[in-house]
Amino acid sequence: MATKVAMPKLSDTMTEGVILKWRYKEGDKVKQGDTLVEIESDKADMELEAFDTGVLRKIFVPEGGKAAIGAPIAIIADANEDIQSLLKDTAPAKPPAQTPPVAARVPAPPAPAPLPTAPPAAPGDGRVKASPLAKRLAVENHIELRSVAGSGPQGRVVKRDIEQFLAAPRSPFAHAPSPIVEGSSRDVELSPIRKTIAKRMTESKQTAPHFYVTVEVDMEPAIAFREQLNKVYESKISFTDILVKACATTLMKHPLVNGSFLGDAMRQYGYAHVAVAVALDEGLVTPVLRNCEQKGIARISEELKDMVERARHRKLKPEEYQGGTFTISNLGMFGVDEFIAIINPPEGAILAVGAISEKPVVRNGQIAVGRAMRITLSCDHRIMDGAVAARFLQDLKAHLENPVSLVSIE
Amino acid sequence: MPTVSFREALNQAMDEEMARDDRVFLMGEEVAQYNGAYKVSQGLLQKWGPKRIWDTPIAEAGFAGIGVGAAMVGLRPIIEFMTWNFSLVAYDQIANNAAKMHSMSGGNFSVPVVFRGPGGAAHNLAATHSQALEAIYAHIPGLKVVMPSNPRDAKGLLKTAIRDDNPVIFIESEVMYGDRGEIPEGEYTIPLGVGEVVRQGSDVTIVSWSKVLQQVTLKAADRLAEEGINAEVIDPRTIKPMDWEMIFESVRKTNRLVVVEEGWPFAGVGAQISHEVTKNVFDYLDAPVERVTQEDVPLPYAHNLEVASLPSVEKVIRAVKTVTYRS
Repeated sequence: MATKVAMPKLSDTMTEGVILKWRYKEGDKVKQGDTLVEIESDKADMELEAFDTGVLRKIFVPEGGKAAIGAPIAIIADANEDIQSLLKDTAPAKPPAQTPPVAARVPAPPAPAPLPTAPPAAPGDGRVKASPLAKRLAVENHIELRSVAGSGPQGRVVKRDIEQFLAAPRSPFAHAPSPIVEGSSRDVELSPIRKTIAKRMTESKQTAPHFYVTVEVDMEPAIAFREQLNKVYESKISFTDILVKACATTLMKHPLVNGSFLGDAMRQYGYAHVAVAVALDEGLVTPVLRNCEQKGIARISEELKDMVERARHRKLKPEEYQGGTFTISNLGMFGVDEFIAIINPPEGAILAVGAISEKPVVRNGQIAVGRAMRITLSCDHRIMDGAVAARFLQDLKAHLENPVSLVSIE
Repeated sequence: MPTVSFREALNQAMDEEMARDDRVFLMGEEVAQYNGAYKVSQGLLQKWGPKRIWDTPIAEAGFAGIGVGAAMVGLRPIIEFMTWNFSLVAYDQIANNAAKMHSMSGGNFSVPVVFRGPGGAAHNLAATHSQALEAIYAHIPGLKVVMPSNPRDAKGLLKTAIRDDNPVIFIESEVMYGDRGEIPEGEYTIPLGVGEVVRQGSDVTIVSWSKVLQQVTLKAADRLAEEGINAEVIDPRTIKPMDWEMIFESVRKTNRLVVVEEGWPFAGVGAQISHEVTKNVFDYLDAPVERVTQEDVPLPYAHNLEVASLPSVEKVIRAVKTVTYRS
């Protein structure tokens, strides 16, 4: 059966891909599972496998050429099969001559995902075909089926594909530290994750004019609240869990803070995808907790635990650390009083959280020992001003000092 | 353990049950004076006399009906069909009277009859004498259907069938009567509804029974093993009641199922197995269930077409490769 090979979506922010190398030429026989073509996305170079066995009858996009996601790049069919109808309804591909990439015009890092969750892109009719077993295994292993190349008929994802996916190195964190010889120096090549951090943070600090606003939050109510929660929930709720919920709730009332700078426009999100910075030996990752505005603290806690655990085992998938609208970075556990963080683009703000420490406070005219926490919001001045940030923090502080406001009682 | 032929195993089962229970008798065409068309009842007339071993005219509806009536009034008849093809003449007696009497009499009558004889294709017997009819009997509520694949099971299951208070359809095979196999020393029975894993494997489950199990499926499993595909083969032994849990457990392990049967595809036994597995262990399946059946045509007389129509080692291998996504 003649099938079109479409440009796959290889990352969250990918809109088009560049053909690096065709491993076969027109007229060659290809087998299902063979690497057909190497493709460069905005994130990485990836190999695309042939979903069908047959003859590579037509290559639409030559090496160096670009194609949008979902656009046909080739046809695989039987040797003598009539492919005229497929050829006819295929628009010509963009020539290799490249238009300047979007990123060059907009002084911002890769464009954020569109408002609704990014539409899936898969070969064929867009439906991901998978065996019932593969679907179950995908759920159990937290795998997005779309990210698994299917080797069954018409690209059906089957058990062995999931097994291969799980066996493959899941993230590019691979540089194990070894001791430096005393008295000497050495140059260590940056790991891919380090390179990404270097590039994105430099971009952020150079392009987004940062300003910072700090408040101190009385944490006594939150401490009491957490103790009450942990009498009810077996898996312990952390302050970070409460912070995530407090930020999500506050963000929904402050769309200017929950946004991205787009050059001539700003994007405001109707949801709070809260990223939480997690320190790994290889570098920082920021798993994204989606739609926290709709989730309770217990659910957030559960998801965060799971994601942190998987982040430590390098099992996070790209789409799980992309697409955030706001980031929380907590160094409280290191005893840090306060710090300022660099915005994680394309987000508009990041919250730096210090330790909860004992402080003299005035209550009812008396000096008493209280417990307080300092939080600092780093803001992109292009989309918000100081007063906006201050009002956001005022609201956030109010939620944290009256945490029952975070509990849905409907 | 003694080694006996399939026909000797059946003979022993009937002989032992006649000794154990004087209500048991055998009736059918040529079962007495001629010692059975396939010599399954060899020596029984001599031993038990003409009141327990009855020759009948060529009148299946008549003697099947006598069997049902005798069972209703307290005897335990074994009715032999020379082949199951001829049971179609007696289908009304089996499907309406034997199967339904217990229910329709509000439990007042039991029908502890065994209908037995060879089923399926032999060689060049053409369309009307080559039928695998287990599906049309398993279709009828009230009937149990037993299909042993070896002498040990044949003896143990026939004894259980004779003792069962319900009508039991017991299907053998002309081409298996000479098969030899070990049977346990002394008295033993095998319960209905309990299958057997006859070959352990990890890559695919194949359910198959009776003659095709021995002559096709197990040979295919050997060939597949040479290619590194380890098939788990299940002989359900009883078509109804079916040992579902054994099949489910195996599919949970292998994630793939092929059913190999000699009957036709439409509404065949494999169709029911496929449904039950899809319904009960859906989330364990890595591929749609495949079936190997006789082609959906009356079995041709011509040898080449007969071979082409029946299940074969090649067809089983192809089906297994389909479900394991190998080409």
